[in-house]
Amino acid sequence: MYAQMVKSTGKALLSREEMSPQERAFQDRIDQGEKIEPKDWMPEGYRKNLIRQIGQHAHSEIVGQLPEGNWITRAPTLERKANLLAKVQDEAGHGLYLYCAAETLGVSRDQLFEMLHTGKMKYSSIFNYPTLTWADMGAVGWLVDGAAIMNQVPLQRTSYGPYARAMVRICKEESFHQRQGFQIMLTMANGTEDQKRMAQDALNRFWYPALMMFGPSDKDSVHSAQSMAWKIKMNTNDELRQKFVDETVPQAEFLGLTVPDEHLTWNEDTGHYDYSEPDWNEFFDVISGNGPCNTERLEARKMAWDDGAWVREGMLAHARKSQARKAAAE
Amino acid sequence: MTEALFEFLLRQGDNSLVLGHRVSEWCGVAPALEEDIALANTALDLIGQTRLWLEYAAEVEGKGRSADDLAFLRDAYDFRNMLLVELPNKDFGQTLMRQFLFDAFQVPWLTALKSSSDQHIADIASKSLQEALYHLERSRDTVIALGDGTKESNARMQEALDRLWPYAGEVFRDDEIDIAMAKKHIAPRPSEIRQTWDATLKETFEAAYLTLSEDRFAHSGGRTGQRHTEHLGHMLATMQVLQRSYPGATW
Repeated sequence: MYAQMVKSTGKALLSREEMSPQERAFQDRIDQGEKIEPKDWMPEGYRKNLIRQIGQHAHSEIVGQLPEGNWITRAPTLERKANLLAKVQDEAGHGLYLYCAAETLGVSRDQLFEMLHTGKMKYSSIFNYPTLTWADMGAVGWLVDGAAIMNQVPLQRTSYGPYARAMVRICKEESFHQRQGFQIMLTMANGTEDQKRMAQDALNRFWYPALMMFGPSDKDSVHSAQSMAWKIKMNTNDELRQKFVDETVPQAEFLGLTVPDEHLTWNEDTGHYDYSEPDWNEFFDVISGNGPCNTERLEARKMAWDDGAWVREGMLAHARKSQARKAAAE
Repeated sequence: MTEALFEFLLRQGDNSLVLGHRVSEWCGVAPALEEDIALANTALDLIGQTRLWLEYAAEVEGKGRSADDLAFLRDAYDFRNMLLVELPNKDFGQTLMRQFLFDAFQVPWLTALKSSSDQHIADIASKSLQEALYHLERSRDTVIALGDGTKESNARMQEALDRLWPYAGEVFRDDEIDIAMAKKHIAPRPSEIRQTWDATLKETFEAAYLTLSEDRFAHSGGRTGQRHTEHLGHMLATMQVLQRSYPGATW
């Protein structure tokens, strides 16, 4: 899940009686499963929430290039190097679709970047964790992309047309990434003692951060109701987290790895795994800027932006000059 | 003959490997999202080409080595790439200028290799050429745009050209390997490509308001392996770390 803790506009969910006729008609369209398109009327809160959510998602895609980029230059085979490059290229592409989707709501990509750089907008907490061994490339694909898919598959049915359509394309590629990650884990888990150790260590470090990707527990998640009514959010955080645990634990067993949770047990009555909650204090620390890599990630993005200013300005100046030359010639 | 062909194939494979690696260093920090995508795409193409060249090199060598063995278990003095491609990225201008100087050679070179008497080489060239044509279009357009753009972008591109120029001419110095390949009609002598390359540069730099030095001095030693720059060793230390640290592991 690349959009966690999306703060809504703060208003409580309105009852039908409290809605204006326009708002009621809007809600009816959503309830009937119609897609909202950029030129349609929409409540200001809907627009703002969507910008925050799509923006956060887009930022996560581009910041998410960094922990994997950290290993592209050290990928152990030509095939792995090519796969990782293709994956990171896909992520930049996802960023592009999502910024385009956000632009349809009246905010420019440059404005969104500005908000990322000044800390006004967030990206997923998961990318503030370091990637320390090659097994982390497996764990990121398997767990992080796996968790992202859990959230994004339902978002293909989200009420805002451009966002839903972007999700359709993104989901196809994400499931490919997840298989690739799992395959790296499988190779490592069946490899030498060193490789097995790396694989277990990667799972130990990424398990709880992956659970945190779904956002705080439902009882502490104050912003969900309105987003769910608007079909910007399709499931609760805890529902998705449970689904993730239920699907991932058997995969870990298949790999011969141990999920780092001594309380993890299959519950016959519920038909789900019981599991330990992640350390939510750590989560709030990471969200508020004190994760292991927050400073480096933001620094890297800002440096890229600042160092690239002359390139963007040069390109723009050339485009203007070419246009002027063309006009003069006509 | 086998030895010369092996050397020739290493030159092709190492050029794409080393440049592909350099370009991949840009991951996630390009000046714009579109550039992130384009650079990753270029790196991906080059790594793909590397696999084709080095797989064939390994086959020709016949000592049971794989393409990965060649990429990850040779030291700097066994690399046969031209010096140009191992130079550090520096800023985006130098990266794109290096790419342009390379692409401007690679397009006529691969075009010629399509008619190689060695069918395997002709096939690899044919596939790689499609990618190289796209790379050249992009690197040439970028060099022109930034040369034309602002005062600063023009100055940076001129600086990039001046910095890289002494490394650009190495590839045209025919040596005994080139002559052996030409005799067998496997490849033309690289010097035969120079005229086309010069013409592309002239046309591009004119449009980019950049001045090309008259000086024809060229550093050499990369494609023979006699004397690489200090930069290659650092690149290999990064690139080969896993294969070197955990010998025999499967990844």
